[in-house]
Amino acid sequence: MHRFANPTRFLRIANAVLPWTGGLTALLLGVGLYLALLNSPPDYQQGETVRIMYVHVPSAWMGMLVYLTMAIASAVALIWRHPLADIAAKAAAPIGAGFTIICLVTGALWGKPMWGTWWVWDARLTSMLILLFLYLGYIALVNAFDDPNRGYRAAGILALVGVVNLPIIKFSVDWWNTLHQPASVIRLDGPTIHPDILLPLLVMAVAFKLFFITVLILRIRSEIAAAKIRNLQLSLARG
Amino acid sequence: MDTYFSMGGHAAYIWPSYLVAAVVLIALLIASWRAVRAREAQLKTLRHARRGGAGETE
Amino acid sequence: MTRKRLRLYAVLSGLAMLGIATALVLSALSDNLVFFHSPSDVVENSVEAGQRIRLGGLVEEGSVARSDGTVLFAITDMKTTIPVRFAGIVPDLFREGQGVVADGQLDGKGNFIASEVLAKHDEKYMPPEVADALKRAGHWKEGEGPEGASYK
Repeated sequence: MHRFANPTRFLRIANAVLPWTGGLTALLLGVGLYLALLNSPPDYQQGETVRIMYVHVPSAWMGMLVYLTMAIASAVALIWRHPLADIAAKAAAPIGAGFTIICLVTGALWGKPMWGTWWVWDARLTSMLILLFLYLGYIALVNAFDDPNRGYRAAGILALVGVVNLPIIKFSVDWWNTLHQPASVIRLDGPTIHPDILLPLLVMAVAFKLFFITVLILRIRSEIAAAKIRNLQLSLARG
Repeated sequence: MDTYFSMGGHAAYIWPSYLVAAVVLIALLIASWRAVRAREAQLKTLRHARRGGAGETE
Repeated sequence: MTRKRLRLYAVLSGLAMLGIATALVLSALSDNLVFFHSPSDVVENSVEAGQRIRLGGLVEEGSVARSDGTVLFAITDMKTTIPVRFAGIVPDLFREGQGVVADGQLDGKGNFIASEVLAKHDEKYMPPEVADALKRAGHWKEGEGPEGASYK
C-alpha cells in the first residue's frame, strides 16, 4: 500500500483546502464580473469591446500556465516516477484545453469588430491554436493504452516536447510582425493599461487561477479513486 | 438599461464571449464533480464487496 | 539513485536539443512567419507588381479620402509611404494615425490595391477621459498615442 502513501496525505490536505479555494473562486468571480461588466470604463479606442479582454486575457494566461504545470508534473513523473505527478498532469489537461478554447473563441469575437476579421494566421494566433492541439494530443495519448502507465509515459513525453511552444506564444508578438498587439501587462517597463482597466483584469486572472486549483483537486481525487478501483478489481479478479 | 445591454453596439460580440467562458468553465466543474462522486461511490461499494467476500470479518 | 540521475539528464538534454532545433527552424522560417511587410521592406526588396503581399504600418495623418465606396489612404512607417486604394468597408478601428494591415498587390505605378483591410491596435488601454486629458496636456504623439504610457 505504500504506493498510495502520498496520495492519502494529498487527499487529506486537498480536502481541507477545497472549500476555501471553491469559496474564494466564487467570491472573486463575483467581484471580477462586477468590475468587468458594471464598474469599469470603456477604452478610448475600442469602446466597450475592451470588456472581452477580461475573459480573453486571463484564459490565455491560464492556457499557458496550466500547460507549464502539466509539463513540470510530467517531468517529475518521468524522472522521479512519482505516481501523483502523472495523475496531476492528466487531471490538468482538460482544464487547460478548456481555457485555451475560451481564449481562441473570445479572441475571434474580439477580432471581428476591432481588427475586421475572426481569424488570421499570424504567429500569435497560430501558436495558440497549436497549444490547443497539444492539449488534445495529450488527452488522446494518455487514454490510448490499456496499461495506464504506458499512457502516462507517452503523453508525458509529448507534454515535454510541447513546452517549446510556450516561449513562442509569449514572444511571437515581439519576434515577428503580427496582427496581434504586443504584451500589455507582463512587460519589462510596466503595464500599459490604465489602473481602472487593469484591476478587473487582475481580479479575473486570480479568480481563474483559483478555479483551476479547485477543479484540479476534484479531478485528482477522481483519478486517485479510479486508480484504487483498478487495483481493487485486479485483486478481486485474482481472488 | 437597454443602452447598457447594447454595449455601445457591440453586444453581439461581448455577451457571447462571457457566455462561452461561462459554459466551458461550468461544464468543466460539473463534469469533474460528477466524476468524483461516481468513482468515490464505486470505490466504496467495491471495498464493501471485498470485505464481505473475504469472509465474515464484520 | 543513479537511474533517476540518468533520467534527469536524459530529459534535460532532450529539452535542450529540442530548444536548439526549434530555434534553428524558427530562424530559418522567420521570413515566412512575418504577417505583414512595412512600406520600407516593400520598396527595398522591390516587390513586383501583382505579387500578393500584406502591407502594414500606420494610416498617414490627413491621407484618408473617400469617394463612392472606395477608400483612399496611405500606409507609412515614418520612413516610406505607400498610397493605398481599397473598395470596401474598413473596420471600426480604422483611423488616421492607427495601425493597419492591408492585403493586396502593387499596381506597378507605386499604388497598393488592397482587397482586405484589417485594423491593428496598440497595447495601450485607458478610459476616454484619460486619453483626452493626456491630449490636452500635450503628452500625446500623433501616430503613437500617449508617450511612454506605462503604469508602474
